Amino acid sequence: MSAASDRGDADGRHPLFMPVILLGGLIFGFGLGYSHMARPEVVLDFLQFDDLGLVFVMGGAAVVSAFTFALGTRVLDRAPLTGKPYTRRLKSLDRNVLVGGGIFGVGWGVSGICPGAAYASLGVGNVPILWAIAGMFVGAYVQAFWRARTAETSVAPTASD
Amino acid sequence: MELIPLVTAAELFPNGVERYAVGGLLIGLGVAVIYLGTGIIAGASTFLESTWSYASNLPRFNRPKYLGSRDWRIVFTVGIVLGAGVYALAFQGGAWTTDVQWWRLFGGGVLVGIGTRLGKGCTSGHGVCGVGSVSQTSLVNVATFMAVAIGTAQLVQAAGVSP
Repeated sequence: MSAASDRGDADGRHPLFMPVILLGGLIFGFGLGYSHMARPEVVLDFLQFDDLGLVFVMGGAAVVSAFTFALGTRVLDRAPLTGKPYTRRLKSLDRNVLVGGGIFGVGWGVSGICPGAAYASLGVGNVPILWAIAGMFVGAYVQAFWRARTAETSVAPTASD
Repeated sequence: MELIPLVTAAELFPNGVERYAVGGLLIGLGVAVIYLGTGIIAGASTFLESTWSYASNLPRFNRPKYLGSRDWRIVFTVGIVLGAGVYALAFQGGAWTTDVQWWRLFGGGVLVGIGTRLGKGCTSGHGVCGVGSVSQTSLVNVATFMAVAIGTAQLVQAAGVSP
């Protein structure tokens, strides 16, 4: 297996790769619409304890993904379209996970919208959600810019140590 | 033994649970289709960074894993928009728009954008895929953003901002 196929690069992709990504996105987006999570009001109602139904959205989705990841890692071998081995989503735990989660929480609590739900919200005709999507792109840029700055300034003290 | 419930299901779930549970199962099914076909665990928010790589030279956006995935992440996102559009046409009877004020959407969106990228994932990456992987990192992240979001939303409500 090449590094390119590991990343899902364009070279040598299976002809069904993009159709499967699109199909997955369609089902994912339909589900977000059906669950009403694409409506900021519904998320805010949940966070204000007026309607706890959103527990079933995240819970239902996590149960299906848990079953699928267990199937992939324990029973199946490699993904047919990429040759990629099946893995679980494991990332390292550090301070950024907490700080980032906290900042995300403030943003989610203020706006009632998260990235996937925002794309779906556009799909249900919610044009004002473009404010949130624009904000998310600005936020993604801000952290990348800030990280580039910190990386530059942190080089000097490390070198002098 | 007789228990007197403090709150009824109708109070906790005034709109029932069917729409939420079915929607959640479908979201998981979308993740499953991509995973079983390609081995990729798709979260929604990496799209924000990988798409920036088309327009910006910042090193963070131009890492190989973003350059190699930015095209299918656009296809995935377009799929989400279209899938929700199919829902709207079939069940919603046309467009729905929010009454939440623009500054809440934009300001909250900025913080969501910073937080998801710093914290290595969002509601789908950590909340669905990470929790589904029983990842300790994701469980910590979800517990953090959930608690903070509940506190924030209740403060905003208490401050009289509505919607």
